[in-house]
Amino acid sequence: QLYDLMTMAFKYQVLLCPRPRDILLVTFNHLDAIKDFISDSPGILNQVDETFRRLIETYNCLSDGEFQLIRQTLLIFFQDMHIRVSLFLKDKVQNSNGHFVLPISGPVPWGTEVPGLIRIFNHKGVEVKRAEFTTAGNYVTPQREGSFELYGDRVLKLGTNMYSVTRPVETHTSGSSKTLASQAKENIAPNPLAKEELNFLARLLGGLDIQKPAGGDTGFRLNLFTSDEEEEHAAQTRPEELSYKVINIEATQEPGRRAELSRILGELEVEEPRPGSAEKGEDLLALMDGL
Amino acid sequence: YRRERSLALRNSSSALYNNLAVLCPPARPPAFGAVHGTILSLLGSEGPPRQLQARGGGSALSTPLLTQAAWCELPARVLLVLTSQRGVQMYESDGSTMVFWHALDIPEHPAAHSVFARGIAAAGGRFICVGTSFGAVLVFDIPPKGTNVMLNEVLEQHRDPITDIAAEQGQAPDGAGDLVTADDSGTLCLWSTGEEFTLLGQIPGSGCTCSSVRLWNGIVAAGYGDGQIRLWEAGSGRICAQVSAHARWIYALDLAPLTGKLLSGAEDSFVHVWKLSRNPDTDDIEIQHCHAECVTDTQVCGARFCDPAGDTFAVTGYDLSEILCYGPA
Repeated sequence: QLYDLMTMAFKYQVLLCPRPRDILLVTFNHLDAIKDFISDSPGILNQVDETFRRLIETYNCLSDGEFQLIRQTLLIFFQDMHIRVSLFLKDKVQNSNGHFVLPISGPVPWGTEVPGLIRIFNHKGVEVKRAEFTTAGNYVTPQREGSFELYGDRVLKLGTNMYSVTRPVETHTSGSSKTLASQAKENIAPNPLAKEELNFLARLLGGLDIQKPAGGDTGFRLNLFTSDEEEEHAAQTRPEELSYKVINIEATQEPGRRAELSRILGELEVEEPRPGSAEKGEDLLALMDGL
Repeated sequence: YRRERSLALRNSSSALYNNLAVLCPPARPPAFGAVHGTILSLLGSEGPPRQLQARGGGSALSTPLLTQAAWCELPARVLLVLTSQRGVQMYESDGSTMVFWHALDIPEHPAAHSVFARGIAAAGGRFICVGTSFGAVLVFDIPPKGTNVMLNEVLEQHRDPITDIAAEQGQAPDGAGDLVTADDSGTLCLWSTGEEFTLLGQIPGSGCTCSSVRLWNGIVAAGYGDGQIRLWEAGSGRICAQVSAHARWIYALDLAPLTGKLLSGAEDSFVHVWKLSRNPDTDDIEIQHCHAECVTDTQVCGARFCDPAGDTFAVTGYDLSEILCYGPA
């Protein structure tokens, strides 16, 4: 599913590039986002910058025709892939048949004129006549060109974080998505094994008191839904028919078991990033030690 | 115009320039061809659909990609020509038998640039011209029948990969030439065909790809990556008209020689029909807009008239597994 999601996002970005050269701007958007993730690690940051510089060196000089050839070749790879991505369906960038929506409005690519003008020239090369035609399209002139430098405003939104607004993401290979409420209604008969399963889970965990450390967001919280919003939404839309019995799980507190599990849980904690490690060599060794 | 029936293709069409081949035999329904990766899907006038494969995949090499396909109508015969990353394949017009294969000279040390053949046209009543990514145009001498095709000449004038080639579809005025070749930088070259081709003139490009070109009554119609259509006078090389036609890269142009209608298709999902004419008072070449069609959510990659008057036309699009047909309203 992750591969499907990545593939369709990649296809979307390549297909919708206003100019073939904008594939490079999309790449730079990705790199800008990566640099943001690792802004605390100068070692890795240097490597990403180096990659950036090499991309600029290799690709900035290519002609539009060469970029179009790259784009056409990529599109051959993506041809006939129509996996529906719920994020794209919700945002109305993809149709229910899996084909992407191609808007016929908005800014034209940098270097292209808004369609509509016909200019006639005489044998001296002087413009002698102008005419206009109209179509269903609704285009406007673009404001500025995106930057192809190491730092700069890319202007193009393709290649920026799809998840900047949180929402659940799944890929669909067939059928339609059902709402959570209707799904809950279908499972209305309480599963007699559910209580047993939860008890078993509790016995495994040994009734731990998980103490949240004073600062930071480390530690785990179990969410059986795809996202926090879905959990909240499900809580709010749960049909009346379902019983509201709260099952209290009192697991036995075996001291030995508990210590062992505490140790395991401790190892699972996400470490705070180490402040300002100087050498990249040191970081790499530390990483390997941790394995 | 209005939308008529669609023809189902076994495969969808690839995003390639001029990706629709049409053959209109007199008194028979047209035959169509569209490229899908390494395969050409053929819908014949009669008989079942056929598929032709790109040739030249060696033992360790994967099958090369096709770049274009076109029927070349010569007085004595009609050949179906395919161009790929490896070379040029020529078949009888129904795709049944291969007549000729020409392998491109792949450089020993592969450069950073890709190698391919692209741009196909019948010329001078006896030749088939094929462009290459080196900028060279190969001129093949075609015998009236049989397989004895010879490489007659190599025209080396372009510095950028050839995109399209077109022969004069009407009556060329004196000195105008009867062949135009176009490349990735937008440069257009005008030639006079014959035992030896002669370069008559060159219209320099500005770096913007000319993806599709047509030649009619000494007028060059060219479609560009910036969405513009430009009309040039072949004899003098001067510009006649400039149209901000499309919001995205133009992929296909076609011309109906009986009426001077021009068809353009682009990535912006639009197909436009234009009309070329000559102003009787000023003698200027003019162009006017006749009709627009929007192929929703599709990047058009092929567009061709299906009759010499331009009353019908057909369209292909990237990822579309059909050929859309349009006829008189």
